[in-house]
Amino acid sequence: MSDPVSALGHAAFDGFARVREIGPLGMITLRARADLPALPAAVAAATGLGLPAVRRIVTAGDRSIAWMSPDEWLIVLPYPQVAQTLAGLAEALQGQHHLAVDVSDARAVLRIEGARAGDVLMKLSPVDQARLEPDEVRRTRAAQVACALWREGDGYTLVCFRSVAGYVMGLLTHSAQPGSEIFPA
Amino acid sequence: MLLLTCPCCGIAAEETELAPGGEAHLKRFGPGSSDDDFEAYMFARKNPKGVHFERWRHAYGCGKWFMAARCTATLEVFGTYPAQVPGPPPEIMARIKARRPGWSPE
Repeated sequence: MSDPVSALGHAAFDGFARVREIGPLGMITLRARADLPALPAAVAAATGLGLPAVRRIVTAGDRSIAWMSPDEWLIVLPYPQVAQTLAGLAEALQGQHHLAVDVSDARAVLRIEGARAGDVLMKLSPVDQARLEPDEVRRTRAAQVACALWREGDGYTLVCFRSVAGYVMGLLTHSAQPGSEIFPA
Repeated sequence: MLLLTCPCCGIAAEETELAPGGEAHLKRFGPGSSDDDFEAYMFARKNPKGVHFERWRHAYGCGKWFMAARCTATLEVFGTYPAQVPGPPPEIMARIKARRPGWSPE
């Protein structure tokens, strides 16, 4: 077995907010019709979580499930649990039209932390941070690339494609330069 | 700046989050249709100054297609609605007629 390697080797930057790459984090993309009768029970059996409402993320312990689009969810969980959870989903949804894929290694996960973490993202995404609710997942763009972000702890978790991890880390690093706060104290 | 509310996820998405898809409610003419019909379907598009129905995709968001009714002259948005309909829903038409009394769908 090879060891999983995160996209940027846990790169970090301390500006007016702290930016760091975390991971590897387990991620499963689940696609199915939202009205599939077996879906809520299957997700509950495999992950222990209920399906989130539109644009919400449900978290319990170290697992989360996020609404990504009307027929897509993202399951976030510890990396070693992916295979078992995939097997659970496959069993529970056997014979039902669905797609559950391990995308852990196709993504990069970054944390933006600190009291001014929102300022870092305001410069990069067309998101009204004031109206972003604590359990809301926002799929948007960071400058030129797609990303998804949500509030977690004292900051934000941002997920992007692994192929653009270096670009996104560069953006966040630049955006978090000391002295470039949008709302200075 | 154009703000369209995606009916699939409810986000008031800004223009840069969206991808334009051209005119909405085209009737498809495929194999077996006359050359004139096919040419019109393929190439002829309305280009009104005023009320226009358009397709948009929430490309950086939920990824779904939806329809928007807006004014090309003022950028006023009359409303957005799901793509799985053959024509604009009555509430959108009512709003357009309230805002543009002289307008009529051809």
